[in-house]
Amino acid sequence: MTAAVLKTTAGLALAALLATATPQGLRAEDTIKIGILHSLSGTMAISETTLKDAVLMLIEEQNRKGGVLGKKLEAVVVDPASDWPLFAEKARELIEVEKVAAVFGCWTSVSRKSVLPVFEELNGLLFYPLQYEGEESQRNVFYTGAAPNQQAIPAVEYLMQEEGVERWVLAGTDYVYPRTTNKILETYLKSKGVAAEDIMISYTPFGHSDWQTIVADIKAFGSAGKKTAVVSTINGDANVPFYKELGNAGIKAEDIPVIAFSVGEEELAGLDTGPLVGHLAAWNYFQSVDTEENAAFVDTWRAFTGDGERVTNDPMEAHYLGFNMWVKAVEKAGSTDPDAVIDAIVGVTVPNLSGGYSAMMPNHHITKPVLIGEIQDDGQFETVWETPGLVVGDAWSDYLDGSKDLIADWRPPMACGNFNTATGKCGGSGS
Amino acid sequence: MYPPPPTLPRAALNACAAASALPAPKSSRGPMIRACLPPPAPAILALRALLLLALVLGASLAGNQARAGESPDLRAAIAALAKGSFAETEKRIAALTALGDARAVPALEALAGGDLYRRKADGAVFIVSGASGGYRLTDPLTLQDAGTAGRREVKKIRVNNRLRRAIRAALGALTLSASDPARRLAAAEAILKARDKEAVETLDRALARETVAEVAAALQAARAAAVLASDRSAEEKSAAINVLAARGDREAMAIVASIAATEDQALAGQATAALARMERSQALWDVARNIWYGLSLGSVLLLAAIGLAITFGVMGVINMAHGEMVMLGAYTAFMVQGLFGALVPGQIDYALVVALPAAFLVTGLVGIAIERGVIRFLHARPLETLLATWGVSLILQQGVRTLFGPTNREVGTPSFMSGAFELGQLTITYNRLWILVFSLALFAALIAAMKKTRFGLTIRAVTQNRRMAASMGIRTPLVDALTFGLGSGIAGIAGVALSQIDNVSPNLGQSYIIDSFMVVVFGGVGNLWGTLLGAMSLGIANKFLEPFAGAVLAKILVLVFLILFIQKRPRGLFALKGRAVEA
Repeated sequence: MTAAVLKTTAGLALAALLATATPQGLRAEDTIKIGILHSLSGTMAISETTLKDAVLMLIEEQNRKGGVLGKKLEAVVVDPASDWPLFAEKARELIEVEKVAAVFGCWTSVSRKSVLPVFEELNGLLFYPLQYEGEESQRNVFYTGAAPNQQAIPAVEYLMQEEGVERWVLAGTDYVYPRTTNKILETYLKSKGVAAEDIMISYTPFGHSDWQTIVADIKAFGSAGKKTAVVSTINGDANVPFYKELGNAGIKAEDIPVIAFSVGEEELAGLDTGPLVGHLAAWNYFQSVDTEENAAFVDTWRAFTGDGERVTNDPMEAHYLGFNMWVKAVEKAGSTDPDAVIDAIVGVTVPNLSGGYSAMMPNHHITKPVLIGEIQDDGQFETVWETPGLVVGDAWSDYLDGSKDLIADWRPPMACGNFNTATGKCGGSGS
Repeated sequence: MYPPPPTLPRAALNACAAASALPAPKSSRGPMIRACLPPPAPAILALRALLLLALVLGASLAGNQARAGESPDLRAAIAALAKGSFAETEKRIAALTALGDARAVPALEALAGGDLYRRKADGAVFIVSGASGGYRLTDPLTLQDAGTAGRREVKKIRVNNRLRRAIRAALGALTLSASDPARRLAAAEAILKARDKEAVETLDRALARETVAEVAAALQAARAAAVLASDRSAEEKSAAINVLAARGDREAMAIVASIAATEDQALAGQATAALARMERSQALWDVARNIWYGLSLGSVLLLAAIGLAITFGVMGVINMAHGEMVMLGAYTAFMVQGLFGALVPGQIDYALVVALPAAFLVTGLVGIAIERGVIRFLHARPLETLLATWGVSLILQQGVRTLFGPTNREVGTPSFMSGAFELGQLTITYNRLWILVFSLALFAALIAAMKKTRFGLTIRAVTQNRRMAASMGIRTPLVDALTFGLGSGIAGIAGVALSQIDNVSPNLGQSYIIDSFMVVVFGGVGNLWGTLLGAMSLGIANKFLEPFAGAVLAKILVLVFLILFIQKRPRGLFALKGRAVEA
């Protein structure tokens, strides 16, 4: 009986998987396959499922325009189930078995790190859409999200100049992205003359739901007579209880503003934002951006999902940029061969959704504007500041000892992801 | 940094060059950029002016609301808010408040709330509320209905935090003589936060006519803050420090701390001493705060674990799908709220009350189905039960994800559960308080059901000695199913409560399953009182460790302690004794 039950369970799971994974329609030789490597189950499904849909929409749009190189695009969706080693297996399956031309995927840094060796070994292409901690540049990966200098540093600058903040709480979830970002920010703040006792760093576990102590600590830290702000790298699920506690404890944005790097329109969807008006987020895109391109994008997205209230967010724009860059590079190279695309894509420029153009740089990061938005009571952000021009993503932070001498340039003849300008050698700071 | 690649178009090149100038944004790119330059402090200047004016106008302000006469200046000043950058709007807020007319209050409040809009056609300004298919317009001065407008016909007047601060200070000055004591209190608090040195005389006048003690105390504190910001005599400042020290809260500490850092030796010394006194009393309050936070965390743990105390504690079923019952309960609350919104709009506060029995029914039935469909075939095979229920939990999670989508769902907070109140120096949030009360009530109800009802008696009989109970004519399979249903139903009720403080997402249950098992094992399997005590002591231990060790380490330390404890007392805090143990 047990066996029967387990078999049914496994059968159901398999059926569910097949239902989502089977591509329909055209024969293989007529199509170019695009791999989508986003978790559709497990803890990260909450964020990643949206990105899967976004890529599907982009592919559908492109096919409506006639595809690429006269061929239709075909999506291959796999579910790495928020399981980091499974990301590597699924990536291998996409490249080796499905022979996809490019992969759009990953959310957490750990999932990206897990697939890196696979893409390197099999010479695949990965477009990674998330803001991340930097300190990486890989030949086969294109980082379309923000590097720390495209999000964290301008955000802190804004608070210093506009809000006159002198005291800083760096609050984050305990993993690599917040830790590296906070290290960069700490060095940066100290270089701007902020004393060590004016910086409080606090980490919490994933999915932390009891924020009473930390919110009280923030309140206490903010009562030292200097203007205080919270820089939040709190990730995912933990944000909702955090903001609920902030709202209930009566911490107003006018007194202690919280600027977040991982809270977008999607995260606010499950929240009454009334008490949170004025708290901030730094991104490269907001749904509220008032441009024609964005209005069209939002409309297409709502039509595609069949949900008139569906929100868009920054990682979706990153996929939009990455996808269009890939299409352009393929058309320029006249082939989907990874080496040809890697050579062709540097310098490719596509329109972004905030009214400008984004370009792929030689370090495989892209140029983006930085927007600071304040939360509104309808769950949207309103841009209150933006950089005058585009910011080039910096793979290696200038504020970390190990990386300030490093640059990345994947064009020949340098073709190196961690060139040390001090020693004149490729291969990072130590090794 | 790099020589730009040849294919980069000109625009991108310029952009990259501009980017290197970051982060000192240059102006000349319209209002957006100008807004980011640090403007002078016109708000402070204007605030002074307005406070002087308020002084002149004195008590007549309160009566202004009723006066129907139209003031062209006021209307023009409100209309002017709609133009220009943030910095310009800030000047215009100051100009508006300098008129000293309390009739500007609704417009300013709407501006702070993002409800003030400009009609594109004629530039007129309205307070706007949502209506189906467009916006409902209200005149900001007369507060009369002014028709409707489509979404594209009006444009919101934007505000940022700096403007909100300016508006708050302005509202404080304008509402200082309002008839409602609550408004006067809010005004006093706003002036306290603004720390404007010109406010002293205005506050003196307000104090002279204040009759409510609580408001008077707030006015005294605001006056003390204003005195400390001014260049008044040392004696006055010294008295002001004492006033703030007596108030003793975080806001007062912030002001005294800024005085402690000034040059004036005598005052700084007094401020430092006062600060030390305040910190000592804060330290005492910190202990009270930790106990309260601990009880609150304990009540959440109790809520999550109480259903498991039945299914695992009493029945001995290792139910890995317990967390999903909590999750289903939260989703039931979401559904009930949606139905409520559709059927009886405006009564959303009661949706949560209706959701409680609904969640009990839904999750109870799901529980019975799981018991009948899976668990009864695995009787006395704990490993298989564990694996099968874990599979069930995955199916339920993915089912909910497919049905409701992977994103968070919003369960609104009823008005009686939002906000906080002050108890001494303790901020107690209503939702935590209600959850504590609710979890204890649920616990009491469960104890009563187990001890006082016939159903409770049969449950205890079956779990203690199944064969004997069967011999006495009890239908043990039915009791098994109902007991499992009861445990699951209670988990569902817990889910309704937890929807108030946590995400309503398919992952909701996962975060509670480990904690639930921890509590039940620590308290002693099979003992409901042990679950209560276990939850509360784990909560308090966690909250006392957290300030020293940080949230991550505190959790680890609690787990390590638990492992050691179980080594010493494998049956938990309150081990069952007697024959029940062997059964």
